[in-house]
Amino acid sequence: MGAYVIRRLLWLPVILLIVSFATFALARFGPGDPVTVAAGQIRDPEVLEQVRRERGLDGSLAEQYGRWLTSAVRGDFGESYTIYRGYTVTEVILPRMWVSAQLGFVALVVIFAVGIPLGLLAARLAGTWVDPAIIGTLLFLQAIPVLVLIPPLLWLLALQLQLVPVGGWDGLFEIWWVGGILAIPIPDPRLYVPLIAFTLPGFVGVARLVRISALEVNGLDYVRTARAKGLSEGVVQFRHVFPNSLLPLITVVGFALSGIIEGAFFVETLLGINGIGRLTFEAVTSRDYDIILATTVIFSAAFVLANLLADIAYGFVDPRVRVGASRG
Amino acid sequence: MTAATFDQDVAVEAVAGESEWRGVWRRLRRKKLAMISLALIVVIYGAGLFAPLVAPYGYRTQDLDRGLEGPSAEHWLGTDRLGRDMLSRTIYSARTTLIVTTAVVLSGSLIIGNTLGLLAGYRGGWVDSVVMRLGDIFSSLPALVMLILINATLGERVDSLVRSVEANTPLTGLVASGFSSYLLVFGALSLFFWVGAARIIRAQVLQLREQDFVMAAEALGARPRRVITRHLLPNVTFLIILSVSATLGGIAGSEIVLTWFGVGVQPPAASFGAMLFEGSGARTFQSHPHLLLVPGVVVTTLLFAFNLLGDGLNDAVRGR
Repeated sequence: MGAYVIRRLLWLPVILLIVSFATFALARFGPGDPVTVAAGQIRDPEVLEQVRRERGLDGSLAEQYGRWLTSAVRGDFGESYTIYRGYTVTEVILPRMWVSAQLGFVALVVIFAVGIPLGLLAARLAGTWVDPAIIGTLLFLQAIPVLVLIPPLLWLLALQLQLVPVGGWDGLFEIWWVGGILAIPIPDPRLYVPLIAFTLPGFVGVARLVRISALEVNGLDYVRTARAKGLSEGVVQFRHVFPNSLLPLITVVGFALSGIIEGAFFVETLLGINGIGRLTFEAVTSRDYDIILATTVIFSAAFVLANLLADIAYGFVDPRVRVGASRG
Repeated sequence: MTAATFDQDVAVEAVAGESEWRGVWRRLRRKKLAMISLALIVVIYGAGLFAPLVAPYGYRTQDLDRGLEGPSAEHWLGTDRLGRDMLSRTIYSARTTLIVTTAVVLSGSLIIGNTLGLLAGYRGGWVDSVVMRLGDIFSSLPALVMLILINATLGERVDSLVRSVEANTPLTGLVASGFSSYLLVFGALSLFFWVGAARIIRAQVLQLREQDFVMAAEALGARPRRVITRHLLPNVTFLIILSVSATLGGIAGSEIVLTWFGVGVQPPAASFGAMLFEGSGARTFQSHPHLLLVPGVVVTTLLFAFNLLGDGLNDAVRGR
């Protein structure tokens, strides 16, 4: 298992190299030469030449990439071309990453906090109409694209009921000061719409898995014994079924995470949340090359790590995967 | 968009053959939800296929005096900002979905995915390693970001390529039909939608390769090409159907998302992505809900139907 994890981790730099080179090459392929983009309105050949040198845009594609890579390894990802002129990429990206990470983390927690009880409930009521109703509803919610979901959600919560602001981001918590001394953090109302959008597609995966493993555990001897010795149903569920149904869940953490990472792209763009998903979208549309490069690399790294997490968890729960891994 | 989340141990012990087809169909027919889903998909795709016959208006026929109207006798689903008939736009959007999913399934899943999966599984060795590593790389990429990037940067290149093709050959009407944006969307999607199919088929072929009938064929002197096409391919047919049904929703969704972001199918061509974009925004939804609801309901129905049909097929192929 250790060797497997290390081998998978060794993949990360390889994949990041490929991703960054592909992105780098794509940027030079497209219309709008990076030099003219960086120079803005100026078309004076001398200025263009100077910009070219300053930005490291002279020489062949391989040379340019080599220069970018050497400074990137040292933590210097260049400077914004268009949107945030004068700021380094790191300065622009780090605060955005923090926003996305907070939101993603809360979404992940909520997916599990809601998905697990729903799955247990469905398993408990298997054979009644409730079980297929729960799973069916969750499957349906998963099928609604975020692009379709968000406008009605905003209309309902923001315009009709006036419960939340129309968009934006102001941290996870709002502080309520009681008498100027006591600070009570409450969830910021801006949080609700993005959270719903992030979590609705994720519930079904968790609930289905919990349901299946709870059904399996329910049929095992020790659960029957627990019932036979007269324990109440609540105790049986919470002391015996619940803890033993959770193990397979760690396999979905990775999948849920990669779903959230991709979802960040739409949710943040649609709701005006200044996270890294929205930044990527802005950078692509305004050809901010160095930011595009950095965000693509970050997205890929997060994605690879999320998948790795899923695979490791899988190998941990199901040893057969490890055998399969040594073959492939 | 998780084309790569197929588990390898999902490999199915399905043996194809005339009676097997009937068995799968018989089991599938008993599943009400799957059949309803199949019917919905057939209706939506059928409307797309026969769009010029079914649609009451053209997808670009404008009536500027009657923009943003709700449902009426002449326009059953209302009109959009430019007074185009929403029903007709929806039907032509289904046509776009039909074209894109069919093209990507054919090129990505069927041709690239199957060929690579069969080759990797049967040949093994370095062919296997290269194909699987390539698959690892593609499934590690955040597909959506890469797709948007590819389409945003290569759009004009492909456009000028198509223009020059039209100028130098007898072909006409390519540029006017918006062919280049379709080409780009389907090319980019194919890049990312072969991995799932290739992985499943490889895993199955790895098992089949060791079985007696394959060894017998080899012992009789059959060439690899014959072994693959005559002995292996028929035995992975159901897996191919499963992998295709599992990717359809992803492909359709990706085209919609790309077009929504403005880098997919270009206007005036109709696409659910473009329609959803025109209807998005809380204020727009408040004043003209039909702009979002019409394409939204159809898209959700289609994606939901793809999921349910995929589940049903999965069970039917496994003999449940």
